[in-house]
Amino acid sequence: MKANSNLEKILERGEFAVTGELGPPKGNDVEVIKKKAQFLKGNVDAVNITDNQTAVVRMSSIAASKLLLDLGVEPVMQMVVRDRNRIAIQSDILGATALGLKNMLCLSGDHQTFGNQPDAKNVFDIDSIQLIGLVKRLRDEKKMLNLEDEIEGDVGIFIGAAANPFAEPFGFRPLRLRKKVAAGVNFIQTQCIYDMKIFKEFMKAVCDMGLDQKVHILAGVTPLKSAGMTKYMANNVPGIIIPEELVKRMAGVAKEKAAEEGIKICVEQIQELREIKGVHGIHLMAIEWESRVPEIVSQAKLLPRPVV
Amino acid sequence: MIVGDRKPIEEIKEMLAPYKKILLVGCGTCISVCMTGGEKEVGILASELRMISELEKKDWEISETTIQRQCEREYIEPLKEQFEKADVVMSMACGVGIQYMAEVFPEKIVLPAVNTTFYGTNVKEGEWQERCAGCGDCVLDKTLGICPVARCSKGLYNGPCGGTDNGKCEVNKDLDCAWYLIYNRMKEHGKLDMLDEIIPARSWKTSLHGGPRKRVREDAQK
Ligand code: SF4
Ligand code: SF4
Repeated sequence: MKANSNLEKILERGEFAVTGELGPPKGNDVEVIKKKAQFLKGNVDAVNITDNQTAVVRMSSIAASKLLLDLGVEPVMQMVVRDRNRIAIQSDILGATALGLKNMLCLSGDHQTFGNQPDAKNVFDIDSIQLIGLVKRLRDEKKMLNLEDEIEGDVGIFIGAAANPFAEPFGFRPLRLRKKVAAGVNFIQTQCIYDMKIFKEFMKAVCDMGLDQKVHILAGVTPLKSAGMTKYMANNVPGIIIPEELVKRMAGVAKEKAAEEGIKICVEQIQELREIKGVHGIHLMAIEWESRVPEIVSQAKLLPRPVV
Repeated sequence: MIVGDRKPIEEIKEMLAPYKKILLVGCGTCISVCMTGGEKEVGILASELRMISELEKKDWEISETTIQRQCEREYIEPLKEQFEKADVVMSMACGVGIQYMAEVFPEKIVLPAVNTTFYGTNVKEGEWQERCAGCGDCVLDKTLGICPVARCSKGLYNGPCGGTDNGKCEVNKDLDCAWYLIYNRMKEHGKLDMLDEIIPARSWKTSLHGGPRKRVREDAQK
């Protein structure tokens, strides 16, 4: 065991894992986190806490992760390299683990020009693959980057990273995953999947390289809320591919039935993903729709969550 | 070459407001080639300023000249007399030239007429693109000639982020994703295995992050 986190134990036992996602508030109101957490508690094994996602300033990922932990839900602290150099990164990891956080997702981060501080200076001192290596070294060798003396304490972290099978060049994506595995990643959460064909090809390449034996892959899903959202995502969000038939299916139902249809699609997707070799769980990103998580996991027959 | 854009006229007007005798100095090298601050552009700015002076009763006396290079003392020194006659000098060179003129004639204020932007090249008529960020530790051998520092919006060393969209960078649809280009070039050369090499966290000491840089070659010193 690397960190003895709930998520790690579930995956190591060979159970099908479920992770959720929670975006911290654009403010410091703890109630927002409490409210969202109540829908996730008991329905997922761990919850990603985003780190100023889309470069919009929100409550810090470490602080929100600790609040969630205190509410009895296991967090996956996300960390982007956009805003921190290696000094801040290592310091934050030491602090986060001292607070009891055990899962971490290593990311590049969306470019700051997307967010609400577009005039910011970015950092990108190291990249996400170098971050994976840095965390592994802290954990396994107790050494900071480029230093030989051992640190005090244990940095027990279950190391995660993202993969996007839907960003071009497609041929590179399995290779990039191999690189992340070589760097030391323990689990992967993918971008939300709508195009099963592309995802299956990606997973086949991943399994052909034997990567499914070395890393736990959680397939990303996001329920579609409306025909408008589906269309918008299909046309405007880089790195997301939504097949035409799904756009049509969402457009074909009455407005008040759209949410229900979106959830139905999501449940079908989960069932299909479960059958794919190498998929060890799902990462359910019901962003600003946490209230629907209980019914999705229940309909997908993922309840009750195993207690380990 | 070094590329730059001329500052907006409003900003230039404001900078020049306290002065009367103004010397405009162009540079005949990079900034002239990128059509920003050579002889022709000095002429255009000079007539713009004369027009403004007349319309707004500024009483400016504008003189103009262009030298071969503002980053070399031997080209700047012959301007001594013209510098002495002026209240202020406005340079149309890159940031290097602007500063170096002020160093050669420290008794004068030298104002910038240009926003220096990048080291790049003229890829086609009327379009310049950034190519190098002067990071001090070149990795073009590992990326087959495409710079990940200057051309990837996140300066990534180990492959593209998840935002690549049809070969374009997530930051801007008009921008090629550097890693998409690198991947394709590796593929063309049958060197995709290069992607497996994990490039470790680099030292930024050789770049501006180690403080301003200086180069000394003792064999070239007298
Ligand atoms: S790697 Fe550094 S030196 Fe080489 S082209 Fe890029 S910025 Fe310039
Ligand atoms: S899309 Fe390509 S160029 Fe843009 S930040 Fe990502 S990897 Fe770099």
